[in-house]
Amino acid sequence: MSQLPLSAPKKQGLYDPAHEHDACGVGFVAHIKNQKSHDIVEKGLEILHRLTHRGAAGADPREGDGAGILLQIPDAFFRAVTPDLGIELPAEGEYGVGMVFMPQDESHRQACEKIVEQVIEDEGQVFLGWRDVPCDAVRADLPESVTICEPVIRQVFVGQAKTCIDQDALERKLYVIRRVARNRIDALGFEDEANFYFASMSSLTIVYKGMFLSHQVGAYYEDLRDARMTSALALVHQRFSTNTFPAWELAHPFRMIAHNGEINTVRGNINWMNARRHSMKSELLGDDLDKLWPVIAEGQSDTACFDNAIELLTMGGYSLAHAAMLLVPEAWAGNQSMDETRRAFYEHHAALMEPWDGPAAVAFTDGRQIGATLDRNGLRPARYLITDDDLVVMGSEMGVLNIPEEKIVKKWRLQPGKMFLIDLKEGRIIDDAEIKEQLSNEKPYQKILAKTQIQLETLPEEVAPMAPEHDALLNKQQAFGYSQEDLKFLMTPMAISGQEATGSMGNDNPLAVLSNRSKHLSNYFRQLFAQVTNPPIDPIREEMVMSLTSIIGPNPNLFSLDTDEPQMRLEVHQPILTNIDLEKVRHIERYTDGKFRTTTLSMCYTADQGAVGMENALNKLCDAAEKAVNEHYNIVILSDREVDADHMAIPALLATSAVHQHLINKGLRTETGLVIETGSAREVHHFATLAGYGAEAINPYLAFETLFDLQRNGELPEELTLEEIKIRYVKAIDKGIFKVMSKMGISTYQSYCGAQIFEAIGLASGFIEKYFTGTASQIEGVGLSEISEEAARLHRDAFGHAQIYKNALDVGGDYAWRVRGEEHLLGPETIAKIQHAVRTNNYGLYKEYADHINDQAGRLTTLRGLFKFNKGHSISIDEVESAENIVKRFVTGAMSFGSISHEAHSTLAIAMNRLGGKSNTGEGGEEVERFTPMANGDSMRSAIKQVASGRFGVTSEYLANADQIQIKVAQGAKPGEGGQLPGHKVDQRIGRVRHSTPGVGLISPPPHHDIYSIEDLAQLIFDLKNTNTDADISVKLVSEVGVGTIAAGVVKAHADHVVIAGHDGGTGASPLTSIKHAGSPWELGLAETQQTLVLNRLRGRTRLQADGQMRTGRDVIIAGLLGADEVAFGTIALIAEGCIMMRKCHLNTCPVGVATQDPELRKKFVGTPEDVVNFFMFVAEETREIMAKLGFRTFNELIGRTDMLDTNDAIRHWKSQGLDLSPMFHKPETSGGAIYHCETQDHGLEALIDNQLIEQAKPALEEKKPVLIDIDVCNADRSFGTMLSGKVAKKYGIQGLPEDSIVIKAKGTAGQSLGAWLARGVTIDLAGEGNDYVGKGLSGGRISIYPPKETPIKADENIIVGNTVLFGAIAGECYFNGIGGERFAVRNSGAVAVVEGVGDHGCEYMTGGTVVVLGETGRNFAAGMSGGIAYVLDETGDFENRCNMAQVALEPIASESDALEALDHQGADLETHGRVDIKHTLSQDDQKILRTLIERHVHYTNSARGKSILDDWDAYLPQFTKVMPVDYKRALAEMEAELKVKHNVKAGKEHANG
Amino acid sequence: MGKPTGFKEYSRENLSYAPVADRIVHYNEFSKLPTDMATQGARCMDCGIPFCHNGCPVNNIIPDWNDLVYHGKWREALDVLHSTNNFPEFTGRICPAPCEEACTVNLIGDAVSIKNIELSIIEKGWQEDWITPQPPEHKSGKKVAIVGSGPAGLACAQQLARVGHDVVVYEKENRVGGLMRYGIPNFKFEKHIIDRRIAQMRGEGVNFMADTHIGVDLSSKDLLNKYDAVVLTGGAEKPRDLPIEGRNEYSGIHYAMEFLTKNTKRVLGDEIADQDFISAKDKHVVVIGGGDTGSDCIGTSNRHGAASVTQLEIMPAPPEIPNKLTTWPNWPMKMRTSTSQDEGCERDFAVTTKRFAGENGKVTTIECARVDWSQDEKSQWQMKEIAGSEFTLKADLVLLAMGFVHPVHEGMIEELEVEKDARGNVAANTEDYKTSLDKVFAAGDMRRGQSLVVWAIREGRQAARAVDTYLMGSSNLPR
Repeated sequence: MSQLPLSAPKKQGLYDPAHEHDACGVGFVAHIKNQKSHDIVEKGLEILHRLTHRGAAGADPREGDGAGILLQIPDAFFRAVTPDLGIELPAEGEYGVGMVFMPQDESHRQACEKIVEQVIEDEGQVFLGWRDVPCDAVRADLPESVTICEPVIRQVFVGQAKTCIDQDALERKLYVIRRVARNRIDALGFEDEANFYFASMSSLTIVYKGMFLSHQVGAYYEDLRDARMTSALALVHQRFSTNTFPAWELAHPFRMIAHNGEINTVRGNINWMNARRHSMKSELLGDDLDKLWPVIAEGQSDTACFDNAIELLTMGGYSLAHAAMLLVPEAWAGNQSMDETRRAFYEHHAALMEPWDGPAAVAFTDGRQIGATLDRNGLRPARYLITDDDLVVMGSEMGVLNIPEEKIVKKWRLQPGKMFLIDLKEGRIIDDAEIKEQLSNEKPYQKILAKTQIQLETLPEEVAPMAPEHDALLNKQQAFGYSQEDLKFLMTPMAISGQEATGSMGNDNPLAVLSNRSKHLSNYFRQLFAQVTNPPIDPIREEMVMSLTSIIGPNPNLFSLDTDEPQMRLEVHQPILTNIDLEKVRHIERYTDGKFRTTTLSMCYTADQGAVGMENALNKLCDAAEKAVNEHYNIVILSDREVDADHMAIPALLATSAVHQHLINKGLRTETGLVIETGSAREVHHFATLAGYGAEAINPYLAFETLFDLQRNGELPEELTLEEIKIRYVKAIDKGIFKVMSKMGISTYQSYCGAQIFEAIGLASGFIEKYFTGTASQIEGVGLSEISEEAARLHRDAFGHAQIYKNALDVGGDYAWRVRGEEHLLGPETIAKIQHAVRTNNYGLYKEYADHINDQAGRLTTLRGLFKFNKGHSISIDEVESAENIVKRFVTGAMSFGSISHEAHSTLAIAMNRLGGKSNTGEGGEEVERFTPMANGDSMRSAIKQVASGRFGVTSEYLANADQIQIKVAQGAKPGEGGQLPGHKVDQRIGRVRHSTPGVGLISPPPHHDIYSIEDLAQLIFDLKNTNTDADISVKLVSEVGVGTIAAGVVKAHADHVVIAGHDGGTGASPLTSIKHAGSPWELGLAETQQTLVLNRLRGRTRLQADGQMRTGRDVIIAGLLGADEVAFGTIALIAEGCIMMRKCHLNTCPVGVATQDPELRKKFVGTPEDVVNFFMFVAEETREIMAKLGFRTFNELIGRTDMLDTNDAIRHWKSQGLDLSPMFHKPETSGGAIYHCETQDHGLEALIDNQLIEQAKPALEEKKPVLIDIDVCNADRSFGTMLSGKVAKKYGIQGLPEDSIVIKAKGTAGQSLGAWLARGVTIDLAGEGNDYVGKGLSGGRISIYPPKETPIKADENIIVGNTVLFGAIAGECYFNGIGGERFAVRNSGAVAVVEGVGDHGCEYMTGGTVVVLGETGRNFAAGMSGGIAYVLDETGDFENRCNMAQVALEPIASESDALEALDHQGADLETHGRVDIKHTLSQDDQKILRTLIERHVHYTNSARGKSILDDWDAYLPQFTKVMPVDYKRALAEMEAELKVKHNVKAGKEHANG
Repeated sequence: MGKPTGFKEYSRENLSYAPVADRIVHYNEFSKLPTDMATQGARCMDCGIPFCHNGCPVNNIIPDWNDLVYHGKWREALDVLHSTNNFPEFTGRICPAPCEEACTVNLIGDAVSIKNIELSIIEKGWQEDWITPQPPEHKSGKKVAIVGSGPAGLACAQQLARVGHDVVVYEKENRVGGLMRYGIPNFKFEKHIIDRRIAQMRGEGVNFMADTHIGVDLSSKDLLNKYDAVVLTGGAEKPRDLPIEGRNEYSGIHYAMEFLTKNTKRVLGDEIADQDFISAKDKHVVVIGGGDTGSDCIGTSNRHGAASVTQLEIMPAPPEIPNKLTTWPNWPMKMRTSTSQDEGCERDFAVTTKRFAGENGKVTTIECARVDWSQDEKSQWQMKEIAGSEFTLKADLVLLAMGFVHPVHEGMIEELEVEKDARGNVAANTEDYKTSLDKVFAAGDMRRGQSLVVWAIREGRQAARAVDTYLMGSSNLPR
């Protein structure tokens, strides 16, 4: 579709339907032997039904997001129903059926039909006729919001012409017909043209889908209920869109695929695809290829684009599996265990196409084969089973069909990067290894590579120019806008440490467009990041999936399967070129027999033309590039080395993007490489933007020269050689690019290159359209004239006579406040004023502070600084609701105990509790003592308990003590990134609260490993609601373009509360790039969210909170008018209690005791709850004053009243002039819907199976009498045992009940999150299997799972639990008689588990607990594991290759006698109270622990594997390997030494006394 | 940055002073910098918001040069220091250092010794001959007159000369330097410090016309005719008087500035007849006014060999330790004791002077009373004499050091008919420094009223930029 359907609202205000994402449940059922039956259709519909909880409903519970089914062409059925219509069908396979959605308007529809018929004729095929598809909206119970956009659905029958040699040829023709008809219908320009859509058109498959809830599919389509409707396969999909304007055509399956996940790089993929137009030729498609453009239309969903691509590839001759491997390759670059031929296959194909990157479980079929593939990192679940009667069932989860256990012969999962294919014709399953081996050997890829591949580093050395002397260098640096801070904060640390420096606190500088100063063009671009709909990646711990390899130069013809005359390819392992590297590229012609030819084009023009000359210079540059490509130069270097007093440069980013876009438009881009030689790039963000807009490699010559100059001047450590400096700097940039890519969930540079993962803030749409096509920019801003003026000013400063720049760079002022530097929202005067005000309770002083911040005339800093209020009907302030009432809407920001001191943390809590507002624990847990009120009536309990990706201290008790549980999806200062608490900040107390070992550093992963997509978030919300049914569940998002649509999804996922945080939020420690360049202001995100929620009729159900650099009552009012119910204050609350913005939080040297754990410095803390209370009362008072002026009596009245806001034109300056803030002030039509929080979410808790558990467990809950419960479960029973555990935790705290107080004997396939936060005393004994997230947050309970007795399968060869089992477990035990999925025991901090095999990333980020693996592990075991111990049975002896050795050491298990000796007299007390209480000590008896655990495993699960190990213990023991984190070992040694000293002291004392 | 944990590890080291007995026998400086300045630099925390940088009126980029000193990069430190301050050797000696009050370490302990570090940098610079004239590359052909050679005039002159204007500085006294020359005794500020800077400025093309009193020796109108711009930096020299009984009846009552000027002239070798000189030798000296000038009078009196020195202050004694939580980073009222006060004097607070009494036309005693200060309902401080608290003090020499009210109006200001503000200063704002007269600018104490040297330097620099902009349309000078 080229346009969005009528049903969805048009783009308005900040709402743009293009931001929509989706994810969902996917599944298929197929008969391996291609036996068609109606039963398969019914089973498909049943799977759909059982996946309901993975989809979502909109404002109306009957309004689905979309569902559908793909079947083989039911020839018999059509043969039965067509004669009545006068259609005479040719033989099976010789006709195609188009499933067509058409406009309701009859004349339009007739026009469409006519075109379709005409095109069929034009393409030489036979038009057979139309059939009306019987549809029943009433029976399907579709609400009006769905029927209003219900299309007329008809099937068109197309007969094969004689010219078609086979069915493939017919398929290709049908494809061409579809594309051509689509283009012609678009050209009609109907208003409702968008409602024309081919759901499918094929001689092999047909799709029935629509805007349904899963159960509505069968009800709506009568065909599907017809017994004659048969198929041997059924591919189904239930959609969860982040928007409630799902359209009929956005439902899956598409023509060939159904997809669960998200393609993050889709923007770049579309561009690159279109860029191939010139180079693409296909023998099979021939001249038809030209009719297909654009092969991927603009404005579709990512899945639709992916479908287009796979379809094009298969039509062009690729097999289905081959195409899937090309589009979603597994991670080959860093995979040592991959065989060479397969690696060569991938490496060869890397030059053909960049990966379509992102989390994806893609199920695909062409009707003859059906299969599925998983992304390289395994970020979506896909499980399957095979029965003894040739049925294969694949789904996002198990339990989607009731299949008798005794019939199942295999249960397995799709593994990361792996494929699974059923060839219905051959009647067999082809596994990953076979498919790939066959394809890898189809051609001699290794030989081809050897012939064609040139690696830059292997070329002979070249000579690079020398760095100029200091003064000349200074001018150049100034011309490119270098500041002193670039050298001090950014470049020097990189050269020294090989990584980017860390900073702290939020960014309170102006947006680039608001700054009066010349800013680097990159600063107008904000990095986008993954939140909710896809996970960011951890580029350090999961480096194995990441790759920076870049291929410079022309891409071969996508369809050139001919390898006789292969094209040469130039490869670099990372994209930052040293000066020598660049010379190699420049002279490559010499080494390649002229196959490569490089030309250098200057980005400079004569300075006398000034700013106005830039447009012309740009045009010339683009023309020159086009000309060069046409003259067969296949590498173009854009260079600004020419800059001097007489020449100024076009900003390199602008030049790069302009040339890139120009070449794409000309279809020439894939015929040349684009290399940038620039003085402007120095920090990570500069490189990221250049890459994102098309640079295949970048040479930052001036950065190198600057570092060399620093070294010459003795500014760098003496021992660093120039070579070493270069290496470290490049490494730092590489790591930074990894981080930027991975925060969007992109793992390869090739996909990132040109993917435009940015939104612009403050760039005019004309400018964007021309030079940065396709980039979002919501509020207009500067254009080329201002951008060029900025460049001209820098040039003038550099080569002019400004005194301060004579021998020094500009001071900067971005990172530390400087008088001559960039503006900040807070400065020395405002901080002094507000602190004096709160300490003396002086409102007058507060007002001086507030006035200074509110009036940004002459020093614009924030978007809201440009706002003004419209005139209202003023009222007396006495009529306005009280300050005491208003402060209840205030909360303090999430700051962890750990990042800030106990004093600072508890002072905020006491103050907020006094006010009736809320404080937030942050992500570090909370000390149990704080749950009890203090003697004086105060309370240190934080009302908001945060749940972040690290899950530190997230116990059932912690959750039970919440009024609100907040899921931190992202943090403003570093969205898309995890965090680290360095070991030196983890003291005894923090270790205790976080359930970790003192002295051992802690890592929060970038993603929540249980939220890879929107339906996962819904599941986590559900889990948490179960743990504490009284608490509101909040989801914290960070503002970026499209956040409104994401928020809509979140609200549909039943969040009671949504936070929109600005990019400028604070942090205890974060890379500088993230603090400065990711995310957008909350004003934008909040406005977009409010508008989207109102449009979706979802606004009333959720409370909306704004967060980010909130300072004054005016900020509160603006947040309210833009749509916030609540406001959060972070930094300023700290300032009220003494913070002076040292920005040293990450160094532990906070001199005022706020952000430090240093006991001496903590004594310097002077803040009091009174100070904080005073501050908030002041803010509320100011709020009231403004409310009175505007005429609002209550806060609710003002929420969403954007009509009261306008732009203050009086204080604009040359750059802010072009901003158009009106989209933020847009007020969507509500038609009576709520615009503030006034309803409640329906979490559907009443119907849950846990209610039965609670009922039956009453004796245990009330009187601690043991109970035994027998119960059946199914996959819809999610979070089983969690609500029950919540009740235990509420009453008995973390101690819970005595072991086995509540024993639940269950049978069946449990839904997700079985036993999440299971409390001590609760035992789940399951005969069956688990899905994902078993034992999440386990808080002392025990779970054992084993296959039911009747199963014929061998437990240790089959999967029993899904992915991310035991995530964030605190304590308890698990025994799994079978194999677990990916990320087993991720972030476990104390639970004990035995399992018989695990997938990739086992024990990742683990900080405590014990894991025993009685079988194979996947790759990357123990990545980021800083604590706890794992014992792995390594029968093949190659475990080391699969273990990430960065933080752990492998040790053998000492034999019994050795261990006893080592134990000496210490008497390890392994068992207490009958439960396994494993105290890790250095001298522990490993073999005894291991044996005990395996014995218990056998006891609870009757594991055959366990038994055989025990039976042959002496033979097995040596095959076990102990995985011991290095830091953990050191910490244990230290603790033991300390203990010994204490013991000795005590003994000594006693001795003395005696 | 300095050393992240330096402030925890090292303590502050102050100037060391020669013993009182040794130093009050001469008029030379007697303080010495600590030897290990690098460690002092290491105490700087390189704050995210460097309050010192804002607390300093010339906005010295203090964290940067602290760090450079810590790393032994003196030459670079000098460049950074000079980028905001033309005369660090002046401020390094006689600035009360509001920066140190604003220093973050001061909030929790002893401030970084910023002023000493500044002094060590600039003295190192002089010692190493790093400080040389920086004449302009091009001349503008514009002529600027600067009236008054105090710190404001000098800073303004240097800045303007460096961008190519022909600058002439007029000074009514026989030597340039303004209040720094004669208002501050040599034992606090030796005068060759000014001279070496003047030498540099001459090298940059600045012309100095001493002994030229505008409005007396040269008419203001002539000045306006001769120059493209005129900057008034004549200071605020009109002293505050004490018009009580006996003020005009007796001799032995002098303004502090008269006392100090004559003394320094003599120290510098000028002939001053004994009858014109004011000596404190063997006299009971009463200094009225508790500020820096009062201190200078005390130090000078003690060097003369006074019999006793008493200093009276009408305000109550400030607290020894201020409540930093409500004062920091601002300048706090606190008990400060100058080196001169340390050399021997009585200090009395909350005392009002009611009457001078004398014999033979010479003052002999002064009558005082104690006062009580309280805030009224508008939070305004009100003074009330305490009944029955009267007492008398012996006084052979009374020095009035109660500050200055505004510039001297007689002469140039009246002649020019330039507008004045409500307080009697020449009216001009701090954006363009323009007075009511075309091409006439004002800066320093003459514009803002009596203040610190460092404020004068700031205004001189900013006024230079304003003048340059006025003359050239735009300016490359920093504000």
